[in-house]
Amino acid sequence: MKNHPIRGGVHPRYWKELASGQPIAAFPLPARLSLPLQQHVGAAAIPLVEPGQRVRKGERIALAPGAMSAPLHAPTSGVVHAIEEITAAHASGLPQLAIVIDSDGLDEWAELPAPLADPFAAPPEEIVRRVAEAGIVGQGGAVFPTAVKLGMGKQYRLDTLLLNGAECEPYITSDDRVMREHAAEVIDGARIMAHALGVAKIIIAIKKNKPEAIAIMREAARAFAGIEVVGVKIQYPIGYAQYLTQAVTGRETPAGRRNAEVGVVVQNVATALAVQRAVRHGVPLISRVVTVTGTAVSRAGNFEVPIGTPVAELIAHCGGYRARPRFLVNGGPMMGFQLPDENVPVVKGCVGIVALAEEETARQPEQACIRCGTCMDVCPIGLPPVEMAQLIRKDRLDDAARLGVGDCIACGSCAWACPSHIPLVQYFNHANGALWTADRQQRKNERLRQLAEARSARLEAARQERLAAQAARKARAAAPRQEISE
Amino acid sequence: MKTTLQSGPFAHADHRVDRTMLTVLLALLPATLFNLWLFGLPAILLFACTLGAALGFEALWLAATGRDARAGLADGSAAITGWLLALSLPPWAPWWLGVLGAFIAIVIAKHAYGGLGQNLFNPAMVARVALLVSFPVIMTAWVAPQPLFTERAASVAQSFAVLGQGVPDTMVSATPLGHVKTELSRALPASQSAADAPALPDLLLGRRAGSMGETSVLLILAGGLFLLWRRVITWHIPVALLGSLFAAAQLASLADPARYTDGLFHLLTGASFLGAFFIATDYVTSPMSPRGKLIYGAGCGFLTWAIRSYAGYPEGMAFAVLLMNALTPIIDQYTRPRVFGRQRNGEPLPLRPF
Repeated sequence: MKNHPIRGGVHPRYWKELASGQPIAAFPLPARLSLPLQQHVGAAAIPLVEPGQRVRKGERIALAPGAMSAPLHAPTSGVVHAIEEITAAHASGLPQLAIVIDSDGLDEWAELPAPLADPFAAPPEEIVRRVAEAGIVGQGGAVFPTAVKLGMGKQYRLDTLLLNGAECEPYITSDDRVMREHAAEVIDGARIMAHALGVAKIIIAIKKNKPEAIAIMREAARAFAGIEVVGVKIQYPIGYAQYLTQAVTGRETPAGRRNAEVGVVVQNVATALAVQRAVRHGVPLISRVVTVTGTAVSRAGNFEVPIGTPVAELIAHCGGYRARPRFLVNGGPMMGFQLPDENVPVVKGCVGIVALAEEETARQPEQACIRCGTCMDVCPIGLPPVEMAQLIRKDRLDDAARLGVGDCIACGSCAWACPSHIPLVQYFNHANGALWTADRQQRKNERLRQLAEARSARLEAARQERLAAQAARKARAAAPRQEISE
Repeated sequence: MKTTLQSGPFAHADHRVDRTMLTVLLALLPATLFNLWLFGLPAILLFACTLGAALGFEALWLAATGRDARAGLADGSAAITGWLLALSLPPWAPWWLGVLGAFIAIVIAKHAYGGLGQNLFNPAMVARVALLVSFPVIMTAWVAPQPLFTERAASVAQSFAVLGQGVPDTMVSATPLGHVKTELSRALPASQSAADAPALPDLLLGRRAGSMGETSVLLILAGGLFLLWRRVITWHIPVALLGSLFAAAQLASLADPARYTDGLFHLLTGASFLGAFFIATDYVTSPMSPRGKLIYGAGCGFLTWAIRSYAGYPEGMAFAVLLMNALTPIIDQYTRPRVFGRQRNGEPLPLRPF
């Protein structure tokens, strides 16, 4: 199948060779695991355990307060050490509340939900319920609650499940390895998701720099009707959901709409694997495949890591650093975020930990913009980064918003390509943060104004009522006198 | 360990401003060397004066405003400005013309606007036009080729005399464009005077009178193709510029051959190729989107033809570029790409049935 044309994009050096040859290895059980309550888009989970309480592997330790959330499960057996603030793997680097578990080394399983013998005979709601209970969130890094997406078959007319195996971030090879080593499970998980969504067509999109994965997935998909494995262009950020949808189906998601509204639901290949494990085996999301790589790391590799494992243990397991890392990044170098230190835990959305040596980053001091227009050429969204940055620099955020800064997906293509090394993404993140705050403040003010108006209306009504009552009393008081006088 | 968190991306392309500028200089080198050979030692001396003055004024300005002069010079932009200015001067002009031009280009046209990236107009062309309107005689005192290592080559003593005084009156020659203009004013048809121009091979190679760097069409084209190959420039501006210049000239010439020279004559004379590949393509002062570049290039080409044909000056490239520079912000504003998921007017795309 031919790809449809897509706009812009860049061709970074991919560095996949560092880790792509390393099979997924089991990771030794860490002594202590930290599970932040917020590892997903939506509301934070609510702890169900107390410090000192014993938990078993797979046991639910925090519940989801609503559909837009995800529960947490104990990755191993042990004792809850504390529920405390830790520095979590989040772009802000701010402390987050986490359940800290001391492992007892027994790795003793809790009783798991009974496996669904034939998921395809089960109603879609049952699949969605199990996925929600397993705490599965988008494994590609977007960490959107998977059950919410799988429930979209009810809201929208859908025709395609697009399985995202593009893995377009440089360095990261976890999805590649998952497809090569768990192809049958991934396909099974995809079919289960398609069943939940009520769609007949599954397209598995894999970037052409993963020929082995394409071949293996094609072979595994052959037994089933309605599954197509498509090689997609080696172009960053082709793995971005809307972009991938356009490249594969030619459908362009209108601004402000969900991808599902053009009939396509995009799920990551690792999410398919997690869904398969949850539905077929009752296993919740307590571990994931993480790539540890970057030239600063001694031995790159791919590991099945319990959620909550400290990054320091990953690095130590890989033989420590070979060079001083300039950046320690959670996720790929394009859209990942810098980790404040090595004590943060692996979270559900962590596709990899990349330790970048100084040379790999090719960072240079920022220089004046020469208006070369490269940023506009490479922007996959068609924004004018150079003009937006100029406006933001002058604090003209509303003008930047008019040019579309709110549509920026922070893919980093512009900043990657900029010959003047201007940190464009930083400008846009700043502007979007400030615009969001201003918008929230405006809504708050609007709400306050409405409340104030309602209050004065209420007071006014009460006053009128009082006056009316007074008048009536006066009238009543006057009336008998009149009668008497008559 | 306390780290200041930075935002991504944490990888970067191997793109650098200084390397881009260096590539441009490299692309200019063949045509420049050829013309320095063609016009001999006086040209070499003037070129050195102009380039040196541009670098000197840049360094002085940066130092005077408390900035790092070495880092400023290293970005290569002042070198390109000085270089292009030198190439646009009559090769045997006196030294002070180059120095004054460098001052106008660097201090007035660039730094007064806020420095690199902030100037609205191409600094080298601002300087050239300022010199042209201030010193019209010196700026149009051309010299026929006097190649080095031939019996016509200027001696060292003669060269320094030229550097001080400019072209001796007895040696002043005309460019093909200037010749046609003069003859037209004497009511000689363009079709006839254009035939006096050097033969086609000489025009292609550049063996004619003209500015210090504009004459060799083939070598400039080679440099331009090198820039295209290195992706420093895109095809849009050169193709639109040369295309519209050719089309306008050709159409006019078909309508009235006595009044107008043809398209090929316009392409091969004056600064057409130098302008199309090296001057109009200046990043800072040209539009950024492909559509914008096409409009801008076509405007430069058409205006060049119009100024050559109707204005008092035989050559119009510098004026055309400056006029289109003035339009660049508005072209940029109206040629922004369509945003993903939105219509051109910024409204979201309608949901289409699938």
